[in-house]
Amino acid sequence: MLKSKTFVKKTRSGGVLKIVREHYLRDDIWCGCVGCSTCLQENPVLQSEPVMESALCDKPHYILPDTNVLLHQIDILEDPVIQNVIVLQTVLQEVRSRSAPVYKRIKDVISKPEKHFYTFTNEHHRETYIEREQGESANDRNDRAIRIAVKWYNAHLKKDSGDVLQAILITNDRRNKEKAVEAGITAYTCEEYIKSLIANPELVDRLACISDEQHEIESGRILFLEHIPLSRLQQGIKSGTYLQGTFRASRDNYLEATVWIHGDAEENKEIIIQGLRNLNRAIHEDIVAVEMLAKDQWMAPSSIILQDEGQNEDDMENEEEKEKLLKSTASKSMLKPSGRVVGIIKRNWRPYCGMLSKSQIKEATKHLFTPADRRIPRIRIETRQASVLEGQRIIVAIDGWPRNSRYPNGHFVRSLGTAGDKETETEVLLLEHDVPHQPFSQVVLSFLPKMPWSITEKDMKHREDLRHLYVCSVDPPGCTDIDDALHCHNLENGNLEVGVHIADVSYFIRPGNALDQESENRGTTVYLCEKRIDMVPDLLSSNLCSLRSDGDRLAFSCIWEINYNAEILNTKFTKSVIRSKASLTYAEAQMRIDSTSMNDDITKSLRGLNKLAKILKKRRIDKGALTLSSPEVRFHMDSETHDPIDLQTKELRETNSMVEEFMLLANVSVAEKIYNEFSECALLRKHPAPPLSNYDILVKAAKSKDLEIKIDSAKALADSLDKAECSSFPYLNTLLRILATRCMMQAVYFCSGMDSDFHHYGLASPIYTHFTSPIRRYSDIIVHRLLAAAIGADCTYPELMDKHKLAEICKNLNYRHKMAQYSQRASVAFHTQLFFKSKGIVSEEGYILFVRKNAIVVLIPKFGLEGTVFFEQKDMPKPKLFYNDEIPTLTVEDVCFYMFDKVKVKITLDASNIQHQKIRMALVEPQIPGFNVPKQKYANGEPEQKKCKMDS
Amino acid sequence: MAGLELLSDQGYRLDGRKAVELRKIRARMGVFAQADGSAYIEQGNTKALAVVYGPHEIRGSRSKALHDRAVVNCQYSMATFSTGERKRRPHGDRKSSEMTLHLKQTFEAAILTQLYPRSQIDIYVQILQADGGNYCACVNAATLAIMDAGIPMRDYVCACSTGFIEDTPLVDLSYIEEAAGGPQLALALLPKSEQIALLEMNSRLHEDHLEKVLDAASKACRDVYAVLDRVVRDHVQEVCTLLGE
Ligand SMILES: [Zn+2]
Repeated sequence: MLKSKTFVKKTRSGGVLKIVREHYLRDDIWCGCVGCSTCLQENPVLQSEPVMESALCDKPHYILPDTNVLLHQIDILEDPVIQNVIVLQTVLQEVRSRSAPVYKRIKDVISKPEKHFYTFTNEHHRETYIEREQGESANDRNDRAIRIAVKWYNAHLKKDSGDVLQAILITNDRRNKEKAVEAGITAYTCEEYIKSLIANPELVDRLACISDEQHEIESGRILFLEHIPLSRLQQGIKSGTYLQGTFRASRDNYLEATVWIHGDAEENKEIIIQGLRNLNRAIHEDIVAVEMLAKDQWMAPSSIILQDEGQNEDDMENEEEKEKLLKSTASKSMLKPSGRVVGIIKRNWRPYCGMLSKSQIKEATKHLFTPADRRIPRIRIETRQASVLEGQRIIVAIDGWPRNSRYPNGHFVRSLGTAGDKETETEVLLLEHDVPHQPFSQVVLSFLPKMPWSITEKDMKHREDLRHLYVCSVDPPGCTDIDDALHCHNLENGNLEVGVHIADVSYFIRPGNALDQESENRGTTVYLCEKRIDMVPDLLSSNLCSLRSDGDRLAFSCIWEINYNAEILNTKFTKSVIRSKASLTYAEAQMRIDSTSMNDDITKSLRGLNKLAKILKKRRIDKGALTLSSPEVRFHMDSETHDPIDLQTKELRETNSMVEEFMLLANVSVAEKIYNEFSECALLRKHPAPPLSNYDILVKAAKSKDLEIKIDSAKALADSLDKAECSSFPYLNTLLRILATRCMMQAVYFCSGMDSDFHHYGLASPIYTHFTSPIRRYSDIIVHRLLAAAIGADCTYPELMDKHKLAEICKNLNYRHKMAQYSQRASVAFHTQLFFKSKGIVSEEGYILFVRKNAIVVLIPKFGLEGTVFFEQKDMPKPKLFYNDEIPTLTVEDVCFYMFDKVKVKITLDASNIQHQKIRMALVEPQIPGFNVPKQKYANGEPEQKKCKMDS
Repeated sequence: MAGLELLSDQGYRLDGRKAVELRKIRARMGVFAQADGSAYIEQGNTKALAVVYGPHEIRGSRSKALHDRAVVNCQYSMATFSTGERKRRPHGDRKSSEMTLHLKQTFEAAILTQLYPRSQIDIYVQILQADGGNYCACVNAATLAIMDAGIPMRDYVCACSTGFIEDTPLVDLSYIEEAAGGPQLALALLPKSEQIALLEMNSRLHEDHLEKVLDAASKACRDVYAVLDRVVRDHVQEVCTLLGE
């Protein structure tokens, strides 16, 4: 099957090594145009009559963007208006090496048939391949390759269709454009072209404003030092002149940031950067190079809160004054290693949500945009729709930050809707937490089973028929994605058989296809207060996989033989078919167990399970497993308006812990099995023990109440928490447990071949994994695949056996889980706000959870709500504060606050900043002269809303 | 940026081949006059030389002799200049010994050794330039050299490597594709009878995929066969014309 191919050798010298690679050129790469008579292509994608009407070019045409246009103007290219684009391989490869997110986006665009994007493999085409010339830089060579390809297209189209069709180069590089025009190619800048589009004037707003650095500098004052080029940065990092790290802006102070230095160095791990000039245009999450300042210039992290309020653009003097303010508040003993940013190694910009602060000048088209995330600076954008966009949540992308500009430049991407709307705010919190929540694409959906679907004979291979068993599921009310079901019955030999049956999701999601990739990327289902963002499409999550009691379902079963002491005698794993006999809620299951009259098979099964679960739980706790606590609340929603009308703390029944106990048991059993079979590539979950210093606050707090918390081991901690009771203060124990939870580390997924410490501290288990919720966690899908391979029920695939791939998956999963947690919290916070908005002002009792230098953190158990009472406020005389770190206490005037003290606070919603609505707490009791809020001031239930400011 | 894209969405590999396409093969037989048989082969940038002596009497210890067939003696080596960094030991390291053993097994299966009892056939192969598929290039070169020496074989032995990436078998892997670390399989096939002389595999591949990969590999071996056969016929014709004069 050898084609006649000319072949050219490409020599790439890097370091000492000479690498020779073959490079085949082909003559069977087609143009991709419908109706081309020269090319023998099967599925051409470019339309024969492209319909983008441009004032510059009246003929129908295709456009070919160069690398920089693709990298920076991806927002434009994604717009449905832009169609019939030829993406060259040269461009695609450059994009791939320069920006992974943009690469993924352009690949998504290419895969959409309605966009008519065609990838032309020009580097392997006999007529468009060029060699790098002597003295030519790689960039210049690629630019030339792009021009050659455009030329080829024009010649090709001319030959075939006469003078009708044309290919246009879109480039923002002035030199490239000049050369193109010289060579007789029609070329426009992106801006020229987009502005010329007749039907779509609003597209212009989405243009990224890329300014020519050189040009900018001539005009205007230079505010920042130049960034050192990457090659010199790398040298500097190697020689130790500069340090490389991740830039983390401060949430509270826009003039301060911390750089976390990469690598294992013990000292100077964390470098403080203060002042606009030292921050030098770095943006949160960028990878930067920093230079350390001399010791006498070191600074202390400031404890003051500073928000960027400047409307006036380049007012640097003002900034300097503020910077002085920082220094004056610093105490000598607090000085930390400090530095300044000298260059950017990698930008990590993403599109940001926020709101427009409309310019006060009426005709202005340039406006400042204030991101919702306080760590991101304001962004200057150009738009003609400012009055429309005002009051809306919008998305803006950063394009660049010239040296003479106080703020970065960006462009408008799209609007999310009116600020404060529930849909808009939900969208914002999903975007801000990077939760993939777009509807599943057609490609993804195409891998779903065709309906009506039923189990066939073929599916029964490697599968046991367990439909005769009395299996039932126990879940919270309203649960539609049922992952797990249980059964238990007596065996003839006097022992018990217990089965945990888990939805067989890996049967439906096959490795590597688009459906698999999408769920892998999503990583987890995200549960918000009234919305669920599924990891897998609804057909699977709520129907085919969900173990409902309406028919046969495929399952992955873990079946034990257990004696009455809950000792496992035998473990078996098998793929199965089950027929659930009942989908119960926790309450229903509890009722059956407690009932004296019911004696059917399901109830008996539940009782057996419950009994075993109690023994299992006791044994686990004896081994040192922790039972921690966090105040969890549920909202009761109004069925019409979907507004929260009441809150209720989650009730825990015996049956909750019964189900949990068997899930834990299954997870441990599976973890052992897959680790034994695949010691290098088992996906496991660990929970590292926290460093002892984490417990300081817990120990101190308990001591202030004359209780002792031992922390030498998990067991000691669990025991001392159990003993920490106070008869006059029953809620104290819960408070201590809440505090203990805050001391813990995050549990993480990891690959067994990449780590040696497997211990799960919280569960006191030497090995653990997640097996029981494959509908909502991708980790479980991988574990299912491993287990299926281990028992010979399914096959492995190369990526599953690759520990590096698996480690990458774990990294993404850990990130997604963290983000899911944050977005859940944000959603609860938003709904709490809605709740208090409707409720008006409430006074409630609560407990002090922490004392801070100038504030106390109060927990209100009734609402599961936590808030801060500040003692220093603007426009108020400062009370006398004394903070004692040892106990810890905070004395305000002559009132002393201890942790866990009972206080009464007034709760209001502060809506003065529409982007950051907040629950405010003010102290009602105990009385502090001159500080307390008078009890009845806002009797009408309306907090002061007059002082409405755009941003603070 | 993570790794290289071994197979683009358009179906092209890094060097521009499609998944089922071989690298360009060029070969010559009878490159050395002194030896009984010799051949030189280029598969892309992998270049190998094979030399055959024999059959002749057993050299060295007579006890090695087999009364019913010939002993096949192989030696595999790599030229010190065959890789990017200069190789220290041209042969005798673990990898070379393993390769030697594989070659021996392959050709014991293919040569009609029972025709030459108590004698010995020596096959020496050397990789002059390594760019993936070393074993396969050696087998193909040795096949040609054995033919050149006029030693009867059951059939050509044609070898080709095959990898498995993104659910697609890639044939005739180059060095960068090998280095990516996916599963790979080397197949030496007797194309007419479709008998397997040797099958070797690196890293794990699930049995369900094996058939697919094996099919691709044997298809590739038959493609190699077509090329080798052409080379042999051209060579014979050339020799005939020379003799005819
Ligand atoms: Zn064509």
